[in-house]
Amino acid sequence: MDVVTPEHAKIAEDAGACAVMALERVPSDIRAAGGVARMSDPAMIEGIMAAVSIPVMAKARIGHFVEAQVLEALGVDYIDESEVLTPADEVNHIDKHAFKVPFVCGCRNLGEALRRINEGAAMIRTKGEAGTGDIVEAVRHIRTLMSEIRRLASMREDELFVAAKEMEAPYDLVKQVAAEGRLPVVNFVAGGIAIPADAALAMQLGAEGVFVGSGIFKSENPAKTAEAIVQATLHFDNPKIIAEVSKGLGSPMRGIAAVTIPEAERLAVRGW
Amino acid sequence: MRIGVLALHGAVIEHIQTLRSIGVEPVPVRLPEDLEGISGLILPGGETTTMRKLVARWGLREPIMALARSGAPIFGTCAGMIIVAREIAGGEEPVFPLLDVTVERNAFGRQLDSFEIDVAMPILGDRPVHAIFIRAPVIERLGPGVEVLARLPDQRVVAVRQRNVIAISFHPELAGETRIHRLVATMAAEYAEPREGTAVAGAEPWSLGEAM
Repeated sequence: MDVVTPEHAKIAEDAGACAVMALERVPSDIRAAGGVARMSDPAMIEGIMAAVSIPVMAKARIGHFVEAQVLEALGVDYIDESEVLTPADEVNHIDKHAFKVPFVCGCRNLGEALRRINEGAAMIRTKGEAGTGDIVEAVRHIRTLMSEIRRLASMREDELFVAAKEMEAPYDLVKQVAAEGRLPVVNFVAGGIAIPADAALAMQLGAEGVFVGSGIFKSENPAKTAEAIVQATLHFDNPKIIAEVSKGLGSPMRGIAAVTIPEAERLAVRGW
Repeated sequence: MRIGVLALHGAVIEHIQTLRSIGVEPVPVRLPEDLEGISGLILPGGETTTMRKLVARWGLREPIMALARSGAPIFGTCAGMIIVAREIAGGEEPVFPLLDVTVERNAFGRQLDSFEIDVAMPILGDRPVHAIFIRAPVIERLGPGVEVLARLPDQRVVAVRQRNVIAISFHPELAGETRIHRLVATMAAEYAEPREGTAVAGAEPWSLGEAM
């Protein structure tokens, strides 16, 4: 869960979040503010690290390996090389093998996921469209990713060379995914989750966990919404429980329909 | 035979796959009714705070304590070690007070201080275990009747057993290590169908030879 203060971090932890993302602004506010979005103030990240016992993540700009070095020096538990911040390099992502701290990276499809894993990403999240509260892009990305995995798993071995070429992904990773029928790392869904049913939808489509950004602290009742999203993620295949936890949460984040966002303002297209 | 994996959060899928690979039917446990018909339970690694809240939220504490008291093997890894400890250093409330030890959370530091090392674990035979430590706990105090299964080179205790409860600091399920799961499966089979002449479940330490 994205948090901007130690108080938010405590709310997330108490709700059952298994990690928090320390940010100066949640993605919807980053989107509204415009300008250049950079890594957060280290003092603010340290304040959140001191407040909770669960792991703390922080974001570095795509390709900004010095921001990543700074975050590693702070001792954050994971770094998100994130399209939510303004990219620092339009060609290269961070060489994540050069770090000891694990990275999570965004993707829209299997090729992008495997390129990030090849660079050393330890976790993947599908991007969705951060800060919208609209699940449609997240659904597009997890469906694309999972159907591409299923397609690879159904191929003959001699077809994998061309598959690797077409998805611009390393052959060894393509072969591994085809053999195992899954990504070699954990996969989360991010970007647009606002209510418990969104989280459960992501899980039923094949996610192993979810990132909730603006959806918690832009809702009317963050503590209840956070707790309900945790329970719906856990009991993603139990509609009765999802119904129960969805009752009386107040207004979810208002959100913006992703289709209304002009191409230049879309975050998911950042990263290559 | 079926063995449960507490599936609230954490390294659930890895334990499920490891159980499948040794021919045991895994059962993800999220609600008390999921415990019916299982002969053992694995408590996976993850975030202790998260698991504590979810165990309470879904009323799993008492039924899991009852399962443990009935003698079914309970196997905790990493956070799973913390939640079976009777005492947690710093005074946090225990979750399932089954194992007479005091455990120190995050004893090696944060994520960045994770490491891998081969440790000897004689109960599994001569080949050492490749142990992956991630924000791992250690045992600070051992109660009477708690058997040490493995130590680090600096002598810190990272694997223990007390009757039907096994707890280890590290992650065998991430390293392709199946011997501990086999040991648990052997104990679970014994629990499911006690043989004549063997000890009453929970009363005596399990014979070490059986796991080989």
